[in-house]
Amino acid sequence: MRTLSAKRPPAPLHADMPARPVEVTAPEDSARERANHPGMRQAPPQPGEQDAATPAPASLPIKAQSTDLHFHYGKFHALRGITLPVYEHRITALIGPSGCGKSTFLRCFNRMHDLYADTRYGGSIILHPDNVNIVASGIDPILLRMRISMVFQKPNPFPKSIFENVAFGPRLRGVSKKRELQDEVEKALRGGAIWEETKDRLNDNAYRLSGGQQQRLCIARSLACDPEMILFDEPTSALDPSATLRIEELMRELRDKVTILVVTHNMHQASRVSDYTAFMYLGELVEFSPTARLFQTPAQKLTEEYITGRFG
Amino acid sequence: MTGPTQATMDLVARRRRADGLFACAGAVLVVLCLGVLVLLVGDLVRDASARLHWSFLTNYPSRKPEQAGILSPFVGTLLVMLVTGCTAIPLGIAAGTYLEEYARKNWLTNIIEINIANLAGVPSIIWGLMALGLFIYGFEKWFGDPGDEVFGLGRSILTAGLTLGLLVLPIVIVATRESIRAIPQGIREASFACGASRLETVRHHVLPYSLPGVLTGCIIAMSRAIGETAPLVTIGALSYVAFLPPVPGSVVKDIDGNVMGHAGLFDWLHSGFTVLPIQMFNWVSRPDTRFQANAAAAGLVLLTVTLLMNGVAIVLRNRMRRNIQW
Repeated sequence: MRTLSAKRPPAPLHADMPARPVEVTAPEDSARERANHPGMRQAPPQPGEQDAATPAPASLPIKAQSTDLHFHYGKFHALRGITLPVYEHRITALIGPSGCGKSTFLRCFNRMHDLYADTRYGGSIILHPDNVNIVASGIDPILLRMRISMVFQKPNPFPKSIFENVAFGPRLRGVSKKRELQDEVEKALRGGAIWEETKDRLNDNAYRLSGGQQQRLCIARSLACDPEMILFDEPTSALDPSATLRIEELMRELRDKVTILVVTHNMHQASRVSDYTAFMYLGELVEFSPTARLFQTPAQKLTEEYITGRFG
Repeated sequence: MTGPTQATMDLVARRRRADGLFACAGAVLVVLCLGVLVLLVGDLVRDASARLHWSFLTNYPSRKPEQAGILSPFVGTLLVMLVTGCTAIPLGIAAGTYLEEYARKNWLTNIIEINIANLAGVPSIIWGLMALGLFIYGFEKWFGDPGDEVFGLGRSILTAGLTLGLLVLPIVIVATRESIRAIPQGIREASFACGASRLETVRHHVLPYSLPGVLTGCIIAMSRAIGETAPLVTIGALSYVAFLPPVPGSVVKDIDGNVMGHAGLFDWLHSGFTVLPIQMFNWVSRPDTRFQANAAAAGLVLLTVTLLMNGVAIVLRNRMRRNIQW
């Protein structure tokens, strides 16, 4: 029964969790990583530099740890050994020029690549608290997607009513009573900051909403899936500036409830919303640091060139 | 500030003339085509007018042209269409969905794809021969003794429906696939990202959103099937039928009027039959020209049924499409 298996494990208290490295430069085998990937140097954290919203990393649990992650589309080697922590209840932004593999990396987290033929994962992404390698072949992608939901680049509501859009996730999780569904839908729409605009028109077709509203509906839809983590794939690139701002505010609000990984084309967006930023280039991770530091004092020349607009 | 030069203005004027010319030519052709259609239908109505009467629908065919009706071929057409629809539509939608949503793209699916496209172009008489060999002689030979009516499907409504079902199956499959392909990949990804399985994605999203297109394909398929004559002649449709297939539960009598029992639920499937196009052909080929009017009237009925089917489908499709836009 899917409902049972999809139930989230009891919320882990930090103290109960298996001993895990919790510094920014955390990867257990960071020394080996550095040897293997000389291009990738993670600057050690300097607590004084943290921006106010980002508590000292020493207290941060990791939600997912990607270690030496490789990904192939057929013969094309798209990700070349990405090692990167995703901190719980923080927003991690992935930036980089087109084709650098940031979306590819993001879509490894809910195994979206499994929908397409001739794709291959290597390395690992360990999802905490249960320490499973989500790119291992034995993992059921459906079970994984029950825990990690996604918001896409182009708003993609289903051509159904607003209510049905949000109710889809709960229905898949076995909620069938009208009352429970209504509660779940309201909760998710409130979470997506779109309840006030839609509460009187829940039976309207979702396509009657504006682009920005559609995207918030999509966020509500993913919230209704009660996820531990939400993946945002350039969520505002199809929206106007004011709708973009709304979505960014929303992401900041959601941070307390879920872990967020966001791909963005827009460096300003990364600096506005994220706590940590990873800069990727040609399928490799160039630099990963707290956002403020990455943008103010990048450790890598390449990062500096990218964020100052010299290429990309 | 200078305006456009004379050369530019000449150029634009020339292009405008070409544009207007093309529009005129198009309009003339449209009127021509519609005119021919109106003439044909008008001619049909004029020829048929003498026979257009309720009794024409309720009478059996007869040797006397003024008493002949189309009850048995009309019922035959409806029942054969029922069998055709019940086989071709579910099979075609299932096959199309499988090919689009489940099958991996490899050489095998490529071959299947090419074959389906080719099957849509096979002449209908070939389907008739195939049905004769498979459903009638083949089943008899493989499953029973020669001449054994139990195992062969015989020259029945069932055989006719299955034959036409096979004939139009490729149309339904192709329409289903086209319609499914029009659904943006983002919708599927959204469904999967919520944790849906393939079946849930197909059931809740792919099929409902492709339904308008699928419906159109089904109607095209049924309109094609309803007018087919050749394959049904091949499998031995009768040309003079003065009985109706047994209604389930009705009393069956033998020639002398003795009660034989009650008809089973599916006995009508094994009944002999004729259909409207065959009846029309039969009447047209008679030397007595008074039968021509009957043929015209039958043609009008066939045309009306087809248009009605199309109309219902278009209304349904538009109603469904109102909610689906990308």
